[in-house]
Amino acid sequence: MTNRTSPTSEPTMSDGVRDPGGPAVRVVDLAKVFAGGVRALDGVTFDIPRGELTSIIGPSGCGKTTTLKIIAGLVDATSGLVEVDGTPVTEPGPDRAFVFQDFALMPWATVLRNAAFGLELRGVPRKEREETAREYVVKVGLAGFEDAYPHQLSGGMRQRVGLARALAVDAEILLMDEPFASVDEQIRRKFQEDLLRLLSEENKTVIFVTHSIEEAVYVSDQIVIMTRAPSQVSKVVRPGVDRSGGSDHIRRSPAYLDWVERIWAELQGYLET
Amino acid sequence: MAAAAAGRPWVLRAASIAFVLGLWEWGGTVPVSIAFPKCSETLVAFGGMIADGTFAGAYAETAGPLIVGVALTGVGGVLAGLVMGLSPRTEWLGLPVFIVLQASPSAAIVPLITYIYGIGFAAKVFAVVLLSAPVIVLNSYRGIANTPRSLLEMSDAFLASRWKRIWKIVIPAGSGLIFAGLRLGLAQGFTGAVLAELLITPTGVGDLITFYRSVADYPRMFASILSIIVVASVSVTLLQRLELRLFRPEMRPA
Amino acid sequence: MELRGYRVPMAFSLLVWFALWEVIGRLELVSLIPPFTDVLLAFREVVPTADFVEAATITLQAFVIGMALSFVLGFGVGFAMGRNRAVGSLMGMWVNIFESSPLTAIVPALMALLGFGLPTMIATVFLFSVWVIALDTQVGVERVSSSLVEMARSFGASKRALYFQILLRAALPELLAGIRLGLIRGMKGVVIGQLLIAVVGVGYLFELYSRSFLMPQFWALLIVLFTFAFLASEAVAYFERKVSFYASSR
Repeated sequence: MTNRTSPTSEPTMSDGVRDPGGPAVRVVDLAKVFAGGVRALDGVTFDIPRGELTSIIGPSGCGKTTTLKIIAGLVDATSGLVEVDGTPVTEPGPDRAFVFQDFALMPWATVLRNAAFGLELRGVPRKEREETAREYVVKVGLAGFEDAYPHQLSGGMRQRVGLARALAVDAEILLMDEPFASVDEQIRRKFQEDLLRLLSEENKTVIFVTHSIEEAVYVSDQIVIMTRAPSQVSKVVRPGVDRSGGSDHIRRSPAYLDWVERIWAELQGYLET
Repeated sequence: MAAAAAGRPWVLRAASIAFVLGLWEWGGTVPVSIAFPKCSETLVAFGGMIADGTFAGAYAETAGPLIVGVALTGVGGVLAGLVMGLSPRTEWLGLPVFIVLQASPSAAIVPLITYIYGIGFAAKVFAVVLLSAPVIVLNSYRGIANTPRSLLEMSDAFLASRWKRIWKIVIPAGSGLIFAGLRLGLAQGFTGAVLAELLITPTGVGDLITFYRSVADYPRMFASILSIIVVASVSVTLLQRLELRLFRPEMRPA
Repeated sequence: MELRGYRVPMAFSLLVWFALWEVIGRLELVSLIPPFTDVLLAFREVVPTADFVEAATITLQAFVIGMALSFVLGFGVGFAMGRNRAVGSLMGMWVNIFESSPLTAIVPALMALLGFGLPTMIATVFLFSVWVIALDTQVGVERVSSSLVEMARSFGASKRALYFQILLRAALPELLAGIRLGLIRGMKGVVIGQLLIAVVGVGYLFELYSRSFLMPQFWALLIVLFTFAFLASEAVAYFERKVSFYASSR
């Protein structure tokens, strides 16, 4: 992960021109009121720098996932604006790929077909799409499981299929909705490391929703901390933990532990008791 | 003892069959009623009716309307269910009709059938369709309408067109329920066929039951009843086996 | 469906069908289908007659007694099947066979055994409805989470308390589904039984009206019957929906 751009604290109105140096995603004054009157988001604003991993963290029910799905174009915002590369988002697009919390794998399809499904929907010929999918199935560590069905895999392995599917469509932006929420702690750590390694090869912009402070500090270049619903952005921080020394080193480093504490202190105020 | 046998289902099943047949034999020996034949008498009659071709002739007659009726409903009902599951307007218009039909004793309409379709083949087909349609339509509808949200969202996120989404997600996700509807429809179709044969004109198995009752040959009458229950159970069970093989539960969306 | 922004409840589509019925009736397209308004007028003719009151009484009587038997035996057998694996596999085969077999064929035998009166009708209702009740009860009891049962045991629940406080309530969604399906089957049973017996109850009236070609009366009777069956099953479905609210977090 490189920190090429510095976060802009104050959003400025877009001039509509695609600016490769600007943020990959801009979220401006986003509000969401669900049918039935529940106010989930109330003026959420932040930028996602290009080529970095940004986590969104906050108390449960704060609208993290809603924010991510609005960026994905799966949910409409009540008001406000999401721009990807300077273009307002109204629907899902080929520039964004989604990794689902509940995996959303087709139970009747093999690992390979699931991983190739994004390409299948785009009309890529079978041979070509299976080749690409096979490559990513191997990259996420599922070599040998190409012909297995989802029910034969553990939760962690299923999510690896979900990740392979998202990587296979080669979108610039990867949207991950609590990808490790249904994965047990030990697998989760291994998966986090694999994810970081993979992303360092792929050069993607990643938006990562999580409720785990440790996970956010461990994987992120930037962390967006949200308040309780109706949510706003409480703070945007850049832990910048030095990752050169390997995972055990990081998890014991004072900087890492310090950031975990600081974010915990920030979030504590918003917890329901 | 029973718990030990539970590990070997065949032993338990055989014991269960022997027990029920024994009870029947005893009931016939008492006798419960002069119209209640012993199990052994019934089984002898059953064997005789297989040997002399009575059953073969009767089932050749019963099978026609049943197969035609279930085939018609299978195609039409699944299509109707698909359309209702995909189009809110059709759902609004059609769903209540089938819900009412499903909950109601629609067999009451059977006496009217003869006015339209006479007493022949078509009338019996109509009876089969009348009874099997609601469950086939409603199951197909439910299979289509209850596609898991997360799969729909996934197909959205990966840019599926409307038709690709229906073809690659909605229909495969619903196919298990649709097939189960066909199986339940067949079971209902049997009821429809027998009802038509008992009520409209005596043909096939219905004729056997009616005839042997009128001449008070109770072993043969019970053998006829037994035969239709066996035939229906076996065909429904075979369809269920096929269903388990084609749409294994673990490959269905939760 | 929405009409100028208002959500039109689904049940209203039946009005569209009734209107279509009226049009077909007025155009005299099918001799069997009189205008819907004529059918409505026939209500006033059919319902007060002694024939109807007698038919309704005997039908209800057979239905209520048959269903009561079904509930007692269905719940009993279903609970035993759900709690005890041996009983489950011993009885399961028979319950499954009869649940999906054309029991209509048994009615002539019942007529031979029990005559043309109330006992045959009661037996028909019972035989049509008991299996599905037993099956759903079994499924419900089996689905009760074992940790809930272990919780009750570890807090010293008596057998009675275990059944009434835990199993009965935790299995309520399936029990209600069984009751609803049982009621529907029972209604079908009583009508099919009476159609085949042909000399009693609404079955007799249907035969009479169709033989004498009294179509408005025939359809009026059919609507009364359908409405009764639908309301009965919807009443149970109402409770099912209420129960499923908390059952979703079992």
